[in-house]
Amino acid sequence: MEEFTPPVPSKINYINAQYGLKSWLLTKDHKRIALLYLGSITFFFFIGGIYAMLIRLELLTPQGDLLQSTTYNKVFTQHGIIMVFFFLIPSIPATLGNFLVPMMIGAKDLAFPRINLLSWYIYMLGGLITIYALLAGGVDTGWTFYTPFSTTFSNSYVVAAGLGIFINGFSSILTGLNFIVTIHTMRAPGMTWFRLPLFIWSHYATSLVMILGTPVIAITVLLVAFERVAHIGIFDPAVGGDPVLFQHLFWFYSHPAVYIMILPSMGVVSELIANFSRKNIFGYSFVAFSSLAIAVFGFLVWGHHLFVSGQSIYAGMIFSFLSFAVAVPSAIKVFNWTATLYKGSISFDTPMLYALGFIGLFTIGGMTGLFLATLGVDVHVTDTYFIVAHFHYIMVGGAIFGYLGGLHYWWPKISGRMYPDGWGRFSALLIFAGFNLTFFPQFVAGYLGMPRRYHAYPPEFQVFNVLSTAGASILAVGYLIPAIYLVWSMRYGKVAPGNPWNLPGLEWRTQSPPPTENFDYTPVVTWEAYEFAPPEETEVVGRFRDEVPEKV
Amino acid sequence: MQTPWIPFIPPSASTLSDKVDALYFYLVGVTIFFTLLIWGVLGFFVIKYRRRNRYEIPRPVAGSLKLETMWSVIPFIIAMTMFAWGAQVFFQLWRPPANAVEVYVVGKQWMWKIQHTTGQREINELHVPVGRKIKLIMTTEDVIHAFFVPAFRIKADVVPGRYTTLWFEATKPGRYHLFCAEYCGMNHSGMIGSVVAMEPTEFDSWLSGNTSQQSPAVAGQQIYVTLGCVSCHGASGEGGRGPALEGLFGKQVFLNNGQTVVADEGYVRESIVNPQAKLVNGFGPIMPTFQGQVSEEQLLQILAFIKSLQGETQPTTARPSGPVPGSSPAPAAAASPGAVNR
Repeated sequence: MEEFTPPVPSKINYINAQYGLKSWLLTKDHKRIALLYLGSITFFFFIGGIYAMLIRLELLTPQGDLLQSTTYNKVFTQHGIIMVFFFLIPSIPATLGNFLVPMMIGAKDLAFPRINLLSWYIYMLGGLITIYALLAGGVDTGWTFYTPFSTTFSNSYVVAAGLGIFINGFSSILTGLNFIVTIHTMRAPGMTWFRLPLFIWSHYATSLVMILGTPVIAITVLLVAFERVAHIGIFDPAVGGDPVLFQHLFWFYSHPAVYIMILPSMGVVSELIANFSRKNIFGYSFVAFSSLAIAVFGFLVWGHHLFVSGQSIYAGMIFSFLSFAVAVPSAIKVFNWTATLYKGSISFDTPMLYALGFIGLFTIGGMTGLFLATLGVDVHVTDTYFIVAHFHYIMVGGAIFGYLGGLHYWWPKISGRMYPDGWGRFSALLIFAGFNLTFFPQFVAGYLGMPRRYHAYPPEFQVFNVLSTAGASILAVGYLIPAIYLVWSMRYGKVAPGNPWNLPGLEWRTQSPPPTENFDYTPVVTWEAYEFAPPEETEVVGRFRDEVPEKV
Repeated sequence: MQTPWIPFIPPSASTLSDKVDALYFYLVGVTIFFTLLIWGVLGFFVIKYRRRNRYEIPRPVAGSLKLETMWSVIPFIIAMTMFAWGAQVFFQLWRPPANAVEVYVVGKQWMWKIQHTTGQREINELHVPVGRKIKLIMTTEDVIHAFFVPAFRIKADVVPGRYTTLWFEATKPGRYHLFCAEYCGMNHSGMIGSVVAMEPTEFDSWLSGNTSQQSPAVAGQQIYVTLGCVSCHGASGEGGRGPALEGLFGKQVFLNNGQTVVADEGYVRESIVNPQAKLVNGFGPIMPTFQGQVSEEQLLQILAFIKSLQGETQPTTARPSGPVPGSSPAPAAAASPGAVNR
């Protein structure tokens, strides 16, 4: 190693290297594409959020009074479609993953930069078609599109919404493909598989699910459209079809899709737990391989959505057994994260609060998953608010906490600015409190028997719904605060150093924001993952030369 | 609801509901214990090992195979106890006892249509006697619905084109929620009703108060005649150009492709709406389809008629209790041809 010389950060970075709308819309830089995605998914998140507020306001009272039942059905359907397909699934992979996969492995970009840009255009096309479906009249099938309601009985824009989802699927597939090839072929010298940050392992596992699972939902949605338009008889029993076949096909993708949402989030949490306790991850290889195990087992448990659908009870038993089996790798992760904290040096920066919140909420989400895998209890609680609470604990308490934690953690790298940490911690706590108040009462309402997707409900359930609505209001404020201060910080935030937390990851060993090519020269990795070192050793490995004349 | 409402668990009013609750409380206990354990350890570490010095670098720790094995195997074993107990309860929920009284249920956007074997019809209400086993044979005219009675801890989807079953034995008189639990369109949340559990004597007088209706078996026999089934299957199901129906239900049927099937509800239904699907050995594909000509309720009535051709001892079609004078002479009439032929 040569003598350490303090590097001179360049004033040129990926954000100001080029100007103009065209430079963004035709960019092949993975970091700029990540920002395009960040803007788009935030837009969809707020649309989905407005639907969520309408649901909660309607359910404040037992009578169906705020919305008509047809409107209410469209609102919860569209909340689900937007949040699942256009926010949660792309959330971490397409933004943080796009930004960080090349940086963490020491590459200049993803393997296929043009395909990466194409994936964003496909995503936007799918999104716009879906928005068209919402504006033209909406969809009322539930995000699950169960047949024969969706194929024969629903009088809404099922085909348009299905087309949006079909098209959007290809953006997932392209992102997954890009990640797998990049991780295989573009690791910097010395970046062996077991030196990879766990964020990369979890994105690798996620990409496998994206590539293998997404085609199935594409085919399924296409079959629904064919059935609706041409009545080909795949799902209609009157012509020899089977409506339950749809549920098998749908959940064959949509259960693994839960892992598309949660695995990247687990990757983020592994980073946060290690880096904010300055400890190497306890049981690195167990955490890494548990991601792959979850991805593989995740394909074998779809039938646990069909315990009361008329599926054979023996099939139910097998799916129940496999669902318990998939719980084990998730438990391994939680235990290893906890053990990582042992004798660490734990700080309470905003990202760490999200990571701790994630573990707390994912524990509840995972534990309540055991109730649903248990056949005798699932019969009673399936299709009630118990399910609604459970999957929100996984998708919001898990996926969104990981996403927000990661967004704060890498924000100095992405934007080159620090966010106000006090506001950050405050909103993290607010989201945690609001989230629990919203969804915990729903477990109780669910066991008491309140069915999901009810526009009006018996008055004895009102107390739980009032609590939920109150919580949702707090949650909404909690989401708005970061949206405001992150945007504010882009202009007024304190300028971020290259490595504000003195961390060993490759992404921190370059300037903030990074130059277009990420590193001035190809880094050579000589350290293990999460090998913490004194500041002068980890400050930056890059030497930055202003080869482009400075802007006047 | 008549039973006092207790927060956290719904009224428990069937023989199985306490079993589900016991399993539920086991899960609640185990999961709360482990959740608090994880939170406790997490909280303890977070406070004890909080950062005290900005530049401290804790010593890295190697993993421990022993610990990893321990926290993989122990959760797996605990999960297996949940699996086994859950599967055991599940089997009880899905295996109807042989001597259950049948009730026919047809779901329709957005109501539940119910018919007792004695002929009484109900909409969005199901009256049942306490202490007797009831088996619901269910289907739907349109989309998928789900029959859900929280107080009994039972739920099953009703699926177009096939029959699904549920069974229960109410233990406490009362009026309990009946919900549709599978989203079914505009008025999904209006597809609700009650299950009314009554003392057997009260139930019998309720039955006798509704005398004007035909039993499904008699109605089924009339449809059988109207649709012309008689010309091939015989006036009393003795057979002819078509296979004999008498004594058919529940028996093995030999098909012309060498397979055998059990003549259950699903088989009978399929043979009416899609007769070419499974041809009985020795018979040609001459039967036309009745798809679209008979409603789901009529199909259930034909089914009840075919079941009644078993003879008089078939418990599932017999009256749940002794005959109530004048309530319905029909079952005997329906059952008699089979009995005579036997």
